[in-house]
This record gives sequence, structure tokens and C-alpha cells, in this order.
Amino acid sequence: MTIEIRIDRKAFPRRGRTEPQLVLENLHLTLHEHEFVCLVGPSGCGKTTLLNLIAGLDQEFEGRIDFHLPKPPSLGYVFQEPRLLPWRTVRENLELALPRGHNRQIITDLLAITDLTPFQHAYPHQLSLGMSRRVALARAFAIEPDLLLMDEPFVSLDTATAEKMRLLLQKLRQKRPHTVLFVTHDLREAIALADRIVLLAAKPCHTVGEFLVPRSLRPADERGIAALHGELLKAIQRSASD
Amino acid sequence: MQRWLPAASLLGLLIIWQILAWKLQSPLLPSPLAVFDIASQHVRSGELPHHLAITLIRLGVSFSLAMILGCALGVAMGLNPLLDRALDPWLTVFLNIPALVTVILCYVWLGLTETAAILAVVVNKLPNVVVTLREGTKALDKGLLEMAHVYRFGRAKTLRHVVWPQLYPFVIAAARTGLALVWKIILVVELLGRSDGVGYQLHLFFQLFDVAGILAYTLAFTALIQLLEWGVLKPLDRHASRWRR
Repeated sequence: MTIEIRIDRKAFPRRGRTEPQLVLENLHLTLHEHEFVCLVGPSGCGKTTLLNLIAGLDQEFEGRIDFHLPKPPSLGYVFQEPRLLPWRTVRENLELALPRGHNRQIITDLLAITDLTPFQHAYPHQLSLGMSRRVALARAFAIEPDLLLMDEPFVSLDTATAEKMRLLLQKLRQKRPHTVLFVTHDLREAIALADRIVLLAAKPCHTVGEFLVPRSLRPADERGIAALHGELLKAIQRSASD
Repeated sequence: MQRWLPAASLLGLLIIWQILAWKLQSPLLPSPLAVFDIASQHVRSGELPHHLAITLIRLGVSFSLAMILGCALGVAMGLNPLLDRALDPWLTVFLNIPALVTVILCYVWLGLTETAAILAVVVNKLPNVVVTLREGTKALDKGLLEMAHVYRFGRAKTLRHVVWPQLYPFVIAAARTGLALVWKIILVVELLGRSDGVGYQLHLFFQLFDVAGILAYTLAFTALIQLLEWGVLKPLDRHASRWRR
């Protein structure tokens, strides 16, 4: 299954002005099956808008998003905020996301893998941010999606917790390697997670470069990582000075 | 100690009333015991339960109608900005018409009928419900709705698990302020144009200057309303906020 994303034009109307604000233009992206792609770009460049278009939350754009599937695709979306239902417990939040008739065993498994089993009957306000984000992650994996969209899911966590979350994400993907589109502005995070890094530039958002991350860089080829990091930085600076 | 304070304070009020009644020795301020006596007489004759029941039925019908219509209209206005802007001036007008005026006009236009009585109460209550539910609908969390959309909750699941828990506190708030408003208006409605119910009885007692009768009916009715508030609405309110910190 290959997912083809072609956004010719996406603009938002601006209050009090006739010409709309152009957010995305000529953005082409192909996601291969089981591939982990990181989108890296400056904040406010339209990354969240792009994810919302792919998720079908916003259908007003020119272009095509083709999943090459006979049925509508199932999507897991980890938003920037956990977006849990505050009036439902952790377990209920996961169960509600499951399609009817789906095997409930997966929830028990995911609760165990995310260390949330003792908190499954807690309400979201009783959880720390890191725990809420783990619930959101578990919810996205629970539906075994065709595509997993992740919008800076580990921001505003301390370094250690964020690192744990990245390890958890890798562990979850070892069980079933979903296709992932991951938005971040942290290059090191992108190198740590991605098979391929796509650099974006702002106004309007478009791709400026693609980098494959060799598997050999992991787990800890420090020099290789540093070299790729430098190369990415240069590319970003180039695109900024254009 | 703190738990008994409200009861003690009520008892204090009764004692002050009793002392005043002793001092004045006037038929215009009967003692609590005399009022209780009258009340039990009217209960035994079946008169008080009869009028109380009629008033409660009117209360139930008009309250339910106002809540159902008000919730529907409030949600519609909260979802549709055009409708909101179109109907907002109407709300302002209806919110500012004195209750007494609506009651009089309903009776003048529709005659001294049951329909007019119910309508008068509904018209008084409706704008409050609409405003409360409109604000509740506008405050719906867009992020959660998007989440529900992506995870394909579908209409029924979204309404039950995403929308309703957010609107519920507003519905309860509308119900509680509504009950407080409606039970006062309903007495005026009955006093002006009905020949039964607590309001009608108060009217009779007023013409006879029968203060004991007035107080007996008032206390019985007030107690019943408080019972509704404490026995039904308060627990519903607590149930709604069980997931809050």
C-alpha cells in the first residue's frame, strides 16, 4: 500500500482581506508501506494543516490524497495535545476509539506495554502529561491504522520522558510496523525515529529536500548521526536563505 | 457541627417567628403551630394535596416544554452563527419582558385557558434555557470533535460520549435556575386566571385575609420544590461532575 499525497493549493480566508493566505502549495509526498517519514520544518509552516488535510478534517483544498485502498482508510492521529475525553476513564477512552466488533484484547496488551494497566480506571485529570500522551499513543495504535499521523506528540515533555516515549514508539512499531507520518521540528528526534526525513520550508509550505536515514545509524552511530545532523542543518539554512 | 448549622439556623427562624407571634397576638401573624394545624387540616380534607398536585402538573408540563424547546433552539443557535445573529435580538426582547406582562397578554389573547397558562410559563422560561444552551454549544471542544471524527465515532457515539457530557452541566444549570423561576411564575399564572392550584388558593386566602392559610400553602409548596432541588437536581449535578478534580 502506497499513499500518495498531492496538495496543489491550500489557502485560508483572511478576515477583512480579499486575497486568502496561501498555506500549502505544490506539496508532493509519497509514503511507502511500513515507512516512517518525519516532516521537519519551522513552526507555523503548515505542518498541522497538512496532517489535518490527510486526516480528512479539512476538505477544502486543491489536490488529491490517494490511499490506494478499496475502503476508506483507518487513521490513527496523535494530536499535539492528548485530546482524551475527560469524562471517560483511560480504558474507556481506548475502547471508544475501537471500531465495533474489534477484539478488545489489544487494549489490555497496549495498556500493559505503555505501563498504564494500574491507571486504566483513572480519569485523565489524574494523569501526568506524559501518561496522557501514552494513552493518546495507545489509542492510535489500538485501531491498527493504515496510516499513523503524529503531530509533535512529544513536545513539552522533559528530555527523559520524551526519550522514553520514543523508545515506546519504536517498541510498539516492532509489534506491527505501521506507516507513520511524524511531524517534528527536532532534528535529533527525526534522525532517531525516521526512515526518511522530508524537509519543509514555509510560506507557502513545500518540500525542499529528502534524506534517507540509513538503518545502520541506529542504535548509536554517533558520528554518522552528527554527520547527517550537519547535512540537514545545512539544507535548512540553504532553504531559509533562498 | 458544621453539618447541623443549616438545620439550627432554620430552627432559629422558627423560634423568632414563634416569639413574634406570642408577642403580637394578632390573626395577621399566626404562630408556626397554628400554621401547621391549618396545613394538617387541609391535608386531611384532601384540599391541599389536590391543589398541590394540580400546580405540580402545570409545573411539570411547562417546565418540560420549556426545557425541550429551549435546548433544541439553544443548540441550533450555538451551531449556526447565522441563526444566532438572526434570533439574538428576539432573545433580548423576551428576556426583558416582565413575567407579569406575558401572563396578562397570554390570558388576554387566548382567554383564561389551561393552554394560555402553560404558554405564559413557557414563554417566560424559554429564553433563559436558550441562552444557557447556546453558550454551552459554543463552548464545545473542537479538538475533541476532531478526534471523534478521525477515530470514526459516528453520529450516535459522538453525541453520547463527546457532545452530551459537555452539554449536560449546562442542561442541569438551566434546569436548576429554571425550576427556581418557574415555580414562582406559576403561582402568579394561577392567581390571575385559574380556578384551582396553589396560586388560586393563595388568592382566596388573600381575599379573606387568612394569613395562616397563605403560609400553610406556601410552606407546603416551597418544601416540595426544595425536595425536588435536593432530591433530584442536586444529585444529577453531582453525577455530572464526578470526573472533575
